[in-house]
Amino acid sequence: MKTRIKIQTEDFDVGAELEALTQGTDAGAVCSFTGHVRKEGDLTALTLEHYPRMTEEEIQRLIGEASRRWPILAVTVLHRIGSLAPGARIVLVAVAASHRHVAFEACEFLIDFLKTHAPFWKEEIRDGERHWVSARHSDEEAASRWRK
Amino acid sequence: MTLLYFAWVRQKIGKSEEILAPPAAIADVAGLVAHLKTMGAGYDADFADPAPLRVAVNKRHCGFDTPIAADDEVAFFPPVTGG
Repeated sequence: MKTRIKIQTEDFDVGAELEALTQGTDAGAVCSFTGHVRKEGDLTALTLEHYPRMTEEEIQRLIGEASRRWPILAVTVLHRIGSLAPGARIVLVAVAASHRHVAFEACEFLIDFLKTHAPFWKEEIRDGERHWVSARHSDEEAASRWRK
Repeated sequence: MTLLYFAWVRQKIGKSEEILAPPAAIADVAGLVAHLKTMGAGYDADFADPAPLRVAVNKRHCGFDTPIAADDEVAFFPPVTGG
């Protein structure tokens, strides 16, 4: 299976990534999720840090688990780190498969588990003050649905 | 043993990484946490209540009952918030 995992400070081009995803595959379906920094009243920026090497290994493990569940042809996971302004793209998960149901489900599975397993941490700056973002219980619930 | 700290754990302890020669009696992550609690104010702030902490041994998420050895890489951090 074709896999691309990249952690980067720079922005990414979703169109170009989707184009590259299916190159050389017989994909009939592509599903992607792009996460952005939500624009909220007093939020001025977000800083993301991660655990280098574990991040890539953990995402690779999640892709491995997804490929055991569904016949995936190609996956791209990009995640930005560093300082991000409201509205900025943070993450791209894209899955190519023969049929749409596989692409939809595998894409949702990967973003649900990325949120609860990939070692990233967000720090917000609101009104000049820094706060670490707390994990959301709803994200844990979203990931645990897949264990049933 | 290499210890790594991330997010607010790193800030409270005041460093992102350190090399530690743990006492031989330490068998698992919980034993390491008990040892770290005795290492000063920053550690005490973090490890007094380990409930909000997560741990990875050799870059894999694991529980506090995971056995550890002298050449392991052990990382402590809050629940992850990426995506």
